[in-house]
Order: sequence, then structure tokens, then C-alpha cells
Amino acid sequence: MKTTQILFAGFGGQGVLFAGKFLAYKGLVQDKQVSWLPSYGPEMRGGTANCSVIISDTPVGSPIITNPDMLVAMNLPSLQKFVGSVVPGGHIFVDSTLITAKVDRTDVQVHYIPATQMAKDAGFSTLANMILAGKVLKETDGIRFEGNKETLERFIPAKKANLIDINCKALQAGYDY
Amino acid sequence: MAERVLMKGNEAIAEAAIRAGCRHYFGYPITPQTEIAAYMAKKMPKIGGIFLQAESEIASINMVYGAAAAGMRVMTSSSSPGISLKTEGLSYIAGSDVPALVINVQRGGPGLGGIQPSQSDYFQATKGGGHGDYRMIVLAPASVQEMASLTIKGFNLADKYRMTSMILADGTIGQMMEPITFEDAEVETYEKPWALTGTKGERKHNIVNSLYLKPEELEAKNFERYERYRAIEENEPMWEEYMMEDAEICVAAFGIASRVAKNAIVAARAEGIKVGLIRPITLWPFPSKAFLSAADRVKGFVSVELNMGQMIEDVRLATQCKRPVSLCNRTGGMIPSPDQVLESIRNAQKGVF
Repeated sequence: MKTTQILFAGFGGQGVLFAGKFLAYKGLVQDKQVSWLPSYGPEMRGGTANCSVIISDTPVGSPIITNPDMLVAMNLPSLQKFVGSVVPGGHIFVDSTLITAKVDRTDVQVHYIPATQMAKDAGFSTLANMILAGKVLKETDGIRFEGNKETLERFIPAKKANLIDINCKALQAGYDY
Repeated sequence: MAERVLMKGNEAIAEAAIRAGCRHYFGYPITPQTEIAAYMAKKMPKIGGIFLQAESEIASINMVYGAAAAGMRVMTSSSSPGISLKTEGLSYIAGSDVPALVINVQRGGPGLGGIQPSQSDYFQATKGGGHGDYRMIVLAPASVQEMASLTIKGFNLADKYRMTSMILADGTIGQMMEPITFEDAEVETYEKPWALTGTKGERKHNIVNSLYLKPEELEAKNFERYERYRAIEENEPMWEEYMMEDAEICVAAFGIASRVAKNAIVAARAEGIKVGLIRPITLWPFPSKAFLSAADRVKGFVSVELNMGQMIEDVRLATQCKRPVSLCNRTGGMIPSPDQVLESIRNAQKGVF
């Protein structure tokens, strides 16, 4: 019996909702109970965006995450806002291209990943979100990394199917980092 | 088994409505329910249905009134301030005894309020809103799956009793995605001999109207309507009981508040507090019998709400004030945390209400 609560946060436009949706679908195709809750409204437009993803072996109670097991921060305001809420023993994933600050907690595992730079160097500059998602999957117990292509096919519309391969590459890059 | 798909609550409502046979949607955009209109705009033209974005909420509810009078399965959706604009139409629809489905994905109020989730339209939904003696069937989904199943149920009940069913959801359930299957959709259809379908010269013409200038006639209409309401109160209450078998404290919560409450109940049980939940699924008819029966077994109640305390009045009425009821709430778009609910449960255990 296991429940993982993931908070994916950044600026609007960085793809945090998409990356969260992907993680929720990973749970769905592996027969888990899942929920995905976005922030919505004016804060999405140019401000901070985030989504709460819960993947569980048992039915999900509240979809609202107060204390995440995993925090993905794609900008400094998000890191500052949520760093204190991560459960002791939890994971924090920092896009170190965009955030130079260090996490001053010793009771959590911090992963500094230059995701934005890696994405740029690899030729898919908009997929830093998926690089981070790949790293999240590596640290998530009970969710298999395999099958990303099939998972993406579940919700990427046919006319954008050409983007599935580079999404898989970005996930792999994050997983291997 | 049907495939599980991930859907937003708002999209689930729209898809379920189409599966229930709804082919007429009239609406006006407002956060946080616009996905319903967007889904309808995309799907309705492909299946021979009507999607129409009206010039205002008032126009859209009156289009619903017209389509309902013609015997169509019809719906509109909005959020709190938009529902206020629709209430005149809701009263006319009630006074004319035509069926309709109205969705309220609530946001904080009063006034223009905010756009974050709320349950502060409980009074408006269950006690009237519009003028005159009337009721609406009010259904409160707590999951994306229930957004779909209660939409279908809402259409069935509306047609069965010739009245408005309202889905009283909130921004959280509307915006969140969860797995959903559509396998258990039980669509019922009812004859509508009263509908304005054209006489073809073969029958007396029907009249749909809410104007009765003779008080005797208007009173008789109201009496007849309230007989139907009594049947609904007898036959249609729906609720869920969670860990109530040995409960000494009963939490009352609907919709998103019940999800938070369940987390708190699990935590309280881990501390050895015997606490359970009664979750009304129909807010009208209120599941009074479930609460009255619980009042004989528990020390007291905690009503968890995203408002300043509205359902708590119905909990007190239902339990005939036999036991104390405390309020655990946030409002204005805020949601109580599981810890806040847990604290209220601990207090109730100590006899502090």
C-alpha cells in the first residue's frame, strides 16, 4: 500500500500541467488510483502554475496536496513557496538552470538537474518539464519507467503524434541524469 | 470492463450529458466551468445537437426553458454569479413543471467573488434562490466519476418529476482529473405528453405557462407540486456512510469537503478516535433519516463546509438538535486542510463543539 504525492510547479508555459498529466497517466496505465489537480485562473497567466498529482494503490482521498512527497520546482518563486511543505525524507527536484539557489534542508533528498540547459543542448528546448518528469519516475517506487510511448499515445492527439519520440528522449535523459 | 480514461470533472459532465441523450446546450462562459461549454461546442455539431453560446446567462436559461417545454433533454451550466442571473428562469421553469439540468460549478462569493472553489451556494440551491414555493433536486458529486453518474441521474430525475435537477459541484471537482469509466450509465426515458410538439391536428394543444391569476388555481398547483416533492423526499435521498458502524463522532460533508474529511477520519482513527462520515449525495432531498438515526448513536456532529456554515442548519434540523453540531470551515475559495478537520474531530471527541 503506497501513495505518492507529487507537486509540479513553475511558470505558466513551462509545461508543468502537461508533465503532471503524463505522470497521472503513468499511474493510470499501471492500474493505480490517480488524481490530477491544476491551479487555475489568473495565477496561471504569467504567474506561477502548479499541479498536484497523486498516485496510489488505494482510493485517493483529498486531491489537494498539503505536504508533497515530491516537489518539482521550475522557478525560484515555486521553490520558495513550497520548499518547507515537503515531507521529511521526501524529494525535491530543482531545475538548476533556472534556479541557482540551494535548498537549505538536510532532511530531504535534493536533485539539482540543469533540465532547461539539457533540453536546449539536445534540441528540444521546450521539454525541460519532461526531463524532470523522467527523474521523478526514477525516484518513484511502484511505477515502471517502461512504456512511456504507449502512455503518451493515450493522451497526445494524433496530429501531434510526431512529438512523442522527443518526449520519450527527454524522459530518458532525465532518468539517466 | 470499459476502459478507464482520465477526464476533468467538467468534461465528464459534458460527456455524460451527451450519453444521457442531451442534444441541447445553452450557456455563457464563466470560470471555473467553461470546459463544459467548450466540450459541448466541439461535440454537439458532430452528433446533430445544438450548442449555443447565448448573449447572457439570462438568455441561456430562457432558451433552456423553451427547449424543455418542447420536451427536449436540455442543460445549461454556469458558476455562482452566473447561477444568480439564471434564478429568475429557474423559478419560471419550476412554475411551469418542465424538466431541465442545471450545473453550478461553484466559486467564492458573494457578488463577483473569486474564482476558487466554494460551497457557498448551498442555501441558494437547496432553499430556492428564485421566488415562490419550489424545490430543485440538488446532487453533490465528490469525484469525477460522480460528475458523470449524477449528471445522468439528474436528467433521469428531472424527467421523472418534471422539475430542475441541479448538479452542485465546485471548482476543484470541475478542474481535477481522475480515472472514469462510462459503463454504468443507466439512461431512463420518460413519455412527455405535456410537451409542445405540435398537435398535428390530432390532439388538444398543450400549454406551458407559470401564470395563474386565480389564487385557487395557483394554490392547487402548488399543492400538487408539493405532493411530488414529498414523494421525492421519501424515495430519492442518496448518501454515503463511511466508517459509521462504530462511530462516536459523525462528520457531515459533501463534495470536495468530504474528500478532505476522509483523510482526516483516517488520521483520527489512527489516534483511536471512533469517527465516521455521512456524505449527502442529494442535498435536496436531504438524507435526514440517516442523520437522525446517527444522532441516536453518536456524541455529536462536525459539519465540514467551504462556506460560513450552511448545510449545518440542515444537519441540526435533521437531527432535531438531539446532539451538538460544530462547524469546521473555510470560505472565499479556501479549503479546510485535513489537519483542520482533524482538530475539529479531536475537539468533538473531548466534548468541545
